[in-house]
Amino acid sequence: MLKKLAISATAALALSAGAASAAGSDGHVEDFKFSFEGPFGAFDQNQLQRGLKVYTEVCSACHGLQYVPLRTLADEGGPSFTEDQMRAYAERYEVYDAELDDYRPAKPTDHFPESGDPNAPDLSLMAKARAGFHGPYGTGLNQLFKGMGGAEYIASILTGYTGEEKEEAGTLFYENTAFPGGWIAMAPPLYEEAVEYDDGHSNSIHHMAQDVSAFLMWTAEPKMMARKQAGFVAVLFLVVLSVLLYLTNKRIWAPVKGKKTH
Amino acid sequence: MSGIPHDHYEPQTGGEKWLHSRLPIVGLLYDTIMIPTPKNLNWMWIWGIVLTFCLALQIITGIVLVMHYTPHVDMAFASIEHIMRNVNGGHMLRYLHMNGASLFFVAVYLHIFRGLYYGSYKAPREVTWIIGMLIYLMMMGTAFMGYVLPWGQMSFWGATVITGLFGAIPFIGEPIQTWLLGGPAVDNATLNRFFSLHYLLPFVIAALVAVHIWAFHTTGNNNPTGVEVRRGSKEEAEKDTVPFWPYFVIKDLFALAVILAVFFAIVGFMPNYLGHPDNYIEANPLVTPAHIVPEWYFLPFYAILRAFTSDVWIVMFASWITGGIIDAKFFGVLAMFGAIAVMALAPWLDTSRVRSGRYRPMFKWWFWLLALDFMVLMWLGAMPAEEPYATFSLIASAYWFAYFLVILPLLGVIEKPQEQPATIEEDFNAHYGKAGTPAE
Repeated sequence: MLKKLAISATAALALSAGAASAAGSDGHVEDFKFSFEGPFGAFDQNQLQRGLKVYTEVCSACHGLQYVPLRTLADEGGPSFTEDQMRAYAERYEVYDAELDDYRPAKPTDHFPESGDPNAPDLSLMAKARAGFHGPYGTGLNQLFKGMGGAEYIASILTGYTGEEKEEAGTLFYENTAFPGGWIAMAPPLYEEAVEYDDGHSNSIHHMAQDVSAFLMWTAEPKMMARKQAGFVAVLFLVVLSVLLYLTNKRIWAPVKGKKTH
Repeated sequence: MSGIPHDHYEPQTGGEKWLHSRLPIVGLLYDTIMIPTPKNLNWMWIWGIVLTFCLALQIITGIVLVMHYTPHVDMAFASIEHIMRNVNGGHMLRYLHMNGASLFFVAVYLHIFRGLYYGSYKAPREVTWIIGMLIYLMMMGTAFMGYVLPWGQMSFWGATVITGLFGAIPFIGEPIQTWLLGGPAVDNATLNRFFSLHYLLPFVIAALVAVHIWAFHTTGNNNPTGVEVRRGSKEEAEKDTVPFWPYFVIKDLFALAVILAVFFAIVGFMPNYLGHPDNYIEANPLVTPAHIVPEWYFLPFYAILRAFTSDVWIVMFASWITGGIIDAKFFGVLAMFGAIAVMALAPWLDTSRVRSGRYRPMFKWWFWLLALDFMVLMWLGAMPAEEPYATFSLIASAYWFAYFLVILPLLGVIEKPQEQPATIEEDFNAHYGKAGTPAE
């Protein structure tokens, strides 16, 4: 038994090493606390709405969310806008309609626009694409036990500017403690009180960074709530089934096995 | 079907007799499900059921995923996001399929190492073993091509690296690579043929699984003692065996339920843990990822592939003796496929007449070292190709080959095995006591 345990432990380590290796990040990523961490963690819809506001007023100037349909803002387990709020929000974007051969206000079925700046990556999946810093020692244990993921990375980038700048080949770079390599081309996007929150929540850089990271976690994994619920139900069901099968198995084998004589 | 004497299906009613004389399918199913199975099988004999389940899971979820997937370089990535966001239950289907591949390989590795420890590959089960190895190769091909379909960064670059291996074959390598890719580089033609084959191969695997089961139903299962079931008469055989249904069906289902509880916890709570984050970035032929890493289940063989660099003496020797035809890259490819080939040849490389590792005092140590070696190779495969990992990889790869080519043949000669039980019944009773005897 001990042998088996040791093997499975080694196996678990070796498995995680696979995903781990990609890391290669020398940046420092802070372990932010998010409401959606852990098997029972859930998105905080107020935070998602605040994060959407930060995205709309700041990030969307350059970055897009091309895979995210606008209607999903009204979905359960997300920012949970009402139908009217969602429609009103959608209309702020202009999209090109091939049938009209012209631009028109976006409808709920349209997606968020693509990145306006070709150098700015699309943010739809960023929170999953940047989940690759599997410390310590490439074991992935931080991700497993502390819930460290792409949302932490994004928040760390947004709060990681030191204020130092340098120019290289005509491009301005900004020093950032979280970015691999230490110098990032994106200018510091947030300043204190950049976005006025409707719910009066603190709008320090730290809070805004955290809110928009939570929002981007939702854009990357909009079905997280449904998934965790399905997982929970499945595990519960299988545990009950295991117990029943265990008892059945014991009963079936009882006549074949004698009593232990030693 | 089985070589072990047991009761066969007797059609009773007129309808049963009518069908039986035309197509004895009920008899076939009866014999398959009622096969006499050694009653001392331990928990390492449950992986077959888990593997069967995995194959069914992958085929069923895969068929539904295909209904929503678009195999085109411009649309594949977006169609996966469509599945994740718009298709009812699509995110669950995809996560089941993704992690199902990992469960499949966890199970197959434990299944293979079970066979290696208990000598399941030895006569008369060599054909079962060889077919198993073919299934394993097909699984690797299927998993590799499946990983390309989402058309993420790691899909694209993984495909580029792995198909590049075929380019290392002397003289005919480049035409083969072009033929595999359908062009000079990984592109739409590659995606389309991989999609086609990814759909085809699982059905080939299913057919091979049927043959695999047929083969071991002919020889009977191996068991932890490695001692054969007595076949003198039905009564004698019944002392060593119980029918598969219900004894092992229920036992296997119990094990499957426990394993699935863990599996669903991973799917529900950490579905991307075993995957590579870079695959959430759409494929871009102009941007190479910092590290190109295959999925975890390929890592041991990936480590062997990379271990043989041009400064290793055996590579230099091979290069010199062949006049440079075998270079380091080709040597690595040969080593990677060779690592699986030597495993497939285990039935003929193992000279010991004792089947089960349980009664082989020296073998045990070497076996556990091999299991450890496999884990170490897996870890090394994920590490960057630099020191000290390069040296470790070389040592670990060398042990893999030494185990099959040197240790297995030698042990049979020098090892003095311990005494084995005369019968399976004896072993079983030693553990559980004789049926019907009251407790002390």
